[in-house]
Amino acid sequence: MSTEPTPPKGLGPLAKREMRFAYMLLLPTFLIVLSVVLFPLLANIWISFKPVTLGDLRAPSILVNERLIGNVEAAGDEADIRYRIRNSSRKSDIAAVSMTDDLPATLDVLGYDYRCTLDDTVLACELGDYEAGKREDVIVRVAATQAFIDRPINVKDTKAAFDFISENVLLSNDFTLDNFRKVFDASDFWPVLWASLYYTIGGTVGALVMGLFAAQLMNMTFRGRSFLRGLYLSPYVAPVIAVALAWVLLLDPGPGGTLNALLIQLGVIEGPINFLGQRVAEISIFGLSFDFPVALTVVIIFEIWRYFPLAMLFILARMQSVSTDIYEAAEIDGATPIQQFRFISLPQLMGIMAVLFLLRFIWTFNKFDDIFLLTGGAAGTRTLTVNVYEKAFAVSNLGAGAAVAVVVFLILLVFSVIFFKFSPEDDA
Amino acid sequence: MNRFGNIFYLCLLFGALWGAIWTTLITLLALFVSGELFQPQVSAGAIAGLISACALTALAPEKRTIGLRALCVFLFVLILTVASGANPLGLPMSVYSVGQCIFTVMLAWIVVQAIHLTAMGFGPTRERRYNIEVICLRFLKGFGLVGFTIAVALPFFVMVMMSLKNQQFLLSNPLDFSLNFAQGGHALFRSYIELFTQYHFGSYLLNSAMVSVVTVLITLFFAVPGAYAVARLRFPGQYFLSRSILLIYMVPMIVLVIPLYAIFSQLGMRNTLWGLMLVYPATTIPVALYMLQGYFRGIPAELEEAGLMDGLSRINVIRKITLPLALPALASVALYVFMIAWNEFLFAFMFLDNVDLYTLSRGIAELNSSEVPRQHLMAGAVIATVPVLALFLWFERYLVAGLTAGSVKG
Repeated sequence: MSTEPTPPKGLGPLAKREMRFAYMLLLPTFLIVLSVVLFPLLANIWISFKPVTLGDLRAPSILVNERLIGNVEAAGDEADIRYRIRNSSRKSDIAAVSMTDDLPATLDVLGYDYRCTLDDTVLACELGDYEAGKREDVIVRVAATQAFIDRPINVKDTKAAFDFISENVLLSNDFTLDNFRKVFDASDFWPVLWASLYYTIGGTVGALVMGLFAAQLMNMTFRGRSFLRGLYLSPYVAPVIAVALAWVLLLDPGPGGTLNALLIQLGVIEGPINFLGQRVAEISIFGLSFDFPVALTVVIIFEIWRYFPLAMLFILARMQSVSTDIYEAAEIDGATPIQQFRFISLPQLMGIMAVLFLLRFIWTFNKFDDIFLLTGGAAGTRTLTVNVYEKAFAVSNLGAGAAVAVVVFLILLVFSVIFFKFSPEDDA
Repeated sequence: MNRFGNIFYLCLLFGALWGAIWTTLITLLALFVSGELFQPQVSAGAIAGLISACALTALAPEKRTIGLRALCVFLFVLILTVASGANPLGLPMSVYSVGQCIFTVMLAWIVVQAIHLTAMGFGPTRERRYNIEVICLRFLKGFGLVGFTIAVALPFFVMVMMSLKNQQFLLSNPLDFSLNFAQGGHALFRSYIELFTQYHFGSYLLNSAMVSVVTVLITLFFAVPGAYAVARLRFPGQYFLSRSILLIYMVPMIVLVIPLYAIFSQLGMRNTLWGLMLVYPATTIPVALYMLQGYFRGIPAELEEAGLMDGLSRINVIRKITLPLALPALASVALYVFMIAWNEFLFAFMFLDNVDLYTLSRGIAELNSSEVPRQHLMAGAVIATVPVLALFLWFERYLVAGLTAGSVKG
């Protein structure tokens, strides 16, 4: 047959070396991401199928209290060394418990439990299995020698060592679907989901629109612009706990709340509004009355306040990279400022706005600290992420919390797929 | 001859609006500074603004000299005083007299200046759509600047002021932010001193600094080689990797917190700073890698190839050519990572139980109880905010360039 020249298959030696080098450079990153992000993600799914509570994390173990019982005053006096042994857990069993202890050499051992053996002064006992909550005493009968009377030794000084097999709840083969059943059956699941979506959409769109507006302002040249830009970025830079608590005090409905006092002073409101504690306020416009979610809206305003700087930064960078020629041409053609914005700036900004929208959408959906610090999830502001914390740590049911976390993750996965579909090729 | 056209009427409208807005703001400022319960005379301010605008913009632009504007200021003060019944700030002039005078003149000057800037270059004539839009946008932008500045600054203002005041005092008069300097520095900064002497804030500060700096070092140590590999080297899976790095950054912390809490508890790593120093880099490395690879791609490959041709090994090319060129990006990534680690709340809150190990975020969370007075809480917030904000403002230019370099193309 013909031996037509073909391009070489596979990687050449140089390419192989480059590949190995690349993998070596990426290995540390890969390992840490694997161990602290990917593995916990899988572990979370695992936990969501297990009946684990916060208390179960402390692995069951053997507790012992060792005492010499009886009066030992003269040589030959007899007494008991009592080991009071118990399983610390009331729920799980411990298997194959064995104990070793070093007895004082100055005590004569008269008798001991049938499960024990004595080798010189070392007592070794095979105690078998301890079911949950079991406690028992192991007694060793001893007689004191003169040496012991002269120099008494506390039997506790040599600690009894235990060897046992305890069942770790996280590793057991105990699975359940209860966690997920509870998540979906709970009456608060749908309200929580809606609050999450409302919060996410409101926060994302609000931050983008405000960011666009602020970017327009910062695109002007005036004295003090760099100072103002620094000021506008500060909500994003400051620690969330600092600004969230400042907001809490600012919005405080009690005496000392600045905003309420201010609004009352201005005559805008009659009495203080509990901005972060009021679930709904009935508002009627043109005879139509509807329930306005107060606390949720305030939390969204906080989110906008905190994240408009990020949108501003990115939009501003994009705006400043647009060549001025286009605007000059439009100017000559008689386009008004609004027309220039509508037909030149906005189309140019659409790409970055779309990317920002998707990123912010996902990050806002993930947000936990802000709401947790502002309201703790009260008054209709409980989003899915706050619900994870509530279930896992406030109610101490780790499994149920993990189940909510799995739901959060699944929803995010859907968003991410959408993000990858829409993200422009060259932006990644 | 239509001497007065649409621009003039718009100027009147904006004059009234500026009058109302600034009257409200300056009166509130006077209230904050003095502690006297001033009441904004909004309609009087609007009327004064309207008439001042009428006087100022009725003239041609070149006639609006400093002297004329001073005259308008006088006019504004006069009308405001008359229209408000001699209480320009809502209280009789006998209260806080000198301050009232100063604030009223200041208010008048600001309003006249605002009208002047809005109407700059336009006579009171009839204009086309273009100029109408220009003048409307000027007002809108001015209004936007004022609004944004107040909205952003107010919480920080309250934070700082509350930290310098006393709880009883605040509860009785929440709008009085006047500072009593006569009491001396020690009394003024009492909450800060108490936080450092009684609440271990010194050690929180050290812990936060240590965790953040170590996080930055580990992140750079891991992300620089990774970013270089993704940006420069060819290997199977490169495309997939460069697309999926950011996906890691989208994994919510709250999903990781339960398994990490469980695992770290069992390994005895939960209540340690080491635990945080492992978790923080893992969450920052992906975004750092993403930012850095964007920058590395922008460095001309020819420079590195020249180095390779001259006999440098890859490692030395990175060390001697790429890294020095990428210094601005490294600085911005370091700053960004520092900010994330310093501000992190969730893991610090979940992991640390031991007061000696608290970071600032965790320590402030501990102050958030009804037993601790508010000025302490706000002083803690200020202590946590100042270092990161100062650092950020100092290096702002770097950060802006680095943050946007990864994703925005020119």
